[in-house]
Amino acid sequence: MVHAAGLGHIGGDFSSADIVAVLLLAVLDIDPMQPRMPDRDRFVMSKGHSSGVLYATLAVAGFFDQALLDAYMAPESPLSGHPDARKVPGVEASTGPLGHGLPIAVGMAIGAALEGSGRRTFCLVGDGELQEGSNWEALMAGAHRHLERLTVVVDRNGLQQGAATEETSRLEPLVDKARAFGWAVEEVDGHDHAALLRLFESLPLQAGRPSFIIAHTHKGHPVSFMMDRVEWHHRIPSANEVEAALEELR
Amino acid sequence: MTTGVDAPVLFDCRDAFASAVQELAEEDERVVIVCSDSVGSSKLVGFKNRYPDRLINVGIAEQAMVGVAAGLANAGRLPIVSAASSFVTARALEQIKVDLAYTNANVVVCGMSPGVAYGELGPTHHSIEDIAWLRVIDTLAVIVPADPRETGLAIRAAVQHSGPAFVRVSRIGVPDIYDNSYQFRWGKAARLRAGADLTVITNGTLLCRALVAADMLSARGISCRVVSMPTVKPLDVDEIVSAAEETGAILTVEEHCAHGGLGSAVAEVVVSSQPVPMRILGFPGFLPTGSATWLLEHFGLTAEGISRAAVELVNRKHA
Repeated sequence: MVHAAGLGHIGGDFSSADIVAVLLLAVLDIDPMQPRMPDRDRFVMSKGHSSGVLYATLAVAGFFDQALLDAYMAPESPLSGHPDARKVPGVEASTGPLGHGLPIAVGMAIGAALEGSGRRTFCLVGDGELQEGSNWEALMAGAHRHLERLTVVVDRNGLQQGAATEETSRLEPLVDKARAFGWAVEEVDGHDHAALLRLFESLPLQAGRPSFIIAHTHKGHPVSFMMDRVEWHHRIPSANEVEAALEELR
Repeated sequence: MTTGVDAPVLFDCRDAFASAVQELAEEDERVVIVCSDSVGSSKLVGFKNRYPDRLINVGIAEQAMVGVAAGLANAGRLPIVSAASSFVTARALEQIKVDLAYTNANVVVCGMSPGVAYGELGPTHHSIEDIAWLRVIDTLAVIVPADPRETGLAIRAAVQHSGPAFVRVSRIGVPDIYDNSYQFRWGKAARLRAGADLTVITNGTLLCRALVAADMLSARGISCRVVSMPTVKPLDVDEIVSAAEETGAILTVEEHCAHGGLGSAVAEVVVSSQPVPMRILGFPGFLPTGSATWLLEHFGLTAEGISRAAVELVNRKHA
């Protein structure tokens, strides 16, 4: 998709691919035949630049025809560079500017709580994205309201657009920060499907608190020549690199 | 029917807002309020007591406030966001654009105490840019009511409308302009005075002043049409074109910066349909401190100031 479009953010797509796949294909109570079913679980892809992995996973889940993926970012395609909730079934929130998804997810979780519904809300954020202050507003609000059916997953690949997060505006100690904001915190290997599944099925981590999961990932994983390399934030693979990556994945 | 600002009783439109949202909440359990430590300043203490679970106060956090409202809309609620206009529109502008407008979320943002209501507190608290930066956002309706009745009706219409809306809720005292027969019409202006020499197009707290100005002009032999334009978006283009064609001069008057607001919206229609002499009355930019009344007087946003500008415009039209 990214090669064909000549645009995209493949490094972040790959770092979050396992998390998105486990959530959408194995955890969430969602129905591609009824994408607006009122009591569905909610998933907010706050790191909207990783639209590639979101679209690919939604297509695999049956929300739309996989053939549509060929039109990624093509003129007038519903599959824009950042997801449009009005145009793409299964996309709950239009995201792109960072720091928007978590407040929206808090609102979704408050809505569920007001109804007395047990539905769950998940929000995937990038780690660099946590530099946006709106996230911390939402973390305070979520803990204050004891939204135990709300889970944020951090794609902790350690890299943002231009450099490592810790070289740019450091996030550590992230576990302590999230705990100090009133969230129950757990760390997990963000590429280990079984571990992710176990953790998601054990939620909430603690009664009366929202859950903050730090998923340790690698940008570009599992492609050897992309892994942990900052230039793959939005570098476009050549035809040869696509072939080499596919060969590694086989 | 109409009175000026020397009327015996002036009303704070926040009271009409509070009554309207409580009525809407009683009628429809989907209605919730989302605010940012703005319960008292939005006159929502009564609502909070009546519906404690349906008043969601996120604290002093405007960005989260608008995002939370978007999430509640996704969950099937009808959220009404209520916070000081200067803060919600500027601090959360990107959330209004993306989370509400781009998503076409059913959320009504009520900008409390807009314009120069917080006059003495200075330009950080003045909200004289809000209409400019909101009216360019696609799908977002922008409404500036002029009196308590219109405020209540506009909020009701905005909640019932499919898609996002912004409603200014004035704090500066205004008289009752409308009686109970008035019906707010989405995207439609109201022609309150007939006139042939020029048209004043206005809204919000300055409508009552424009009506007095029309009387003053009438005494001088100038026939002034007065058009109330509460919906800056969607704009009543036909009424603007009629004003240009039939009166040949347009004076716009707004409690807002003279750039980018109602006057600019009207001018965009006039220049591309029926160019006629125009004058845009508003504030020049960052303002000195001073009470709301002082600021309106100082910058000519009074019946006398409107009347003076109208005479100049009519003279220019005939020059």
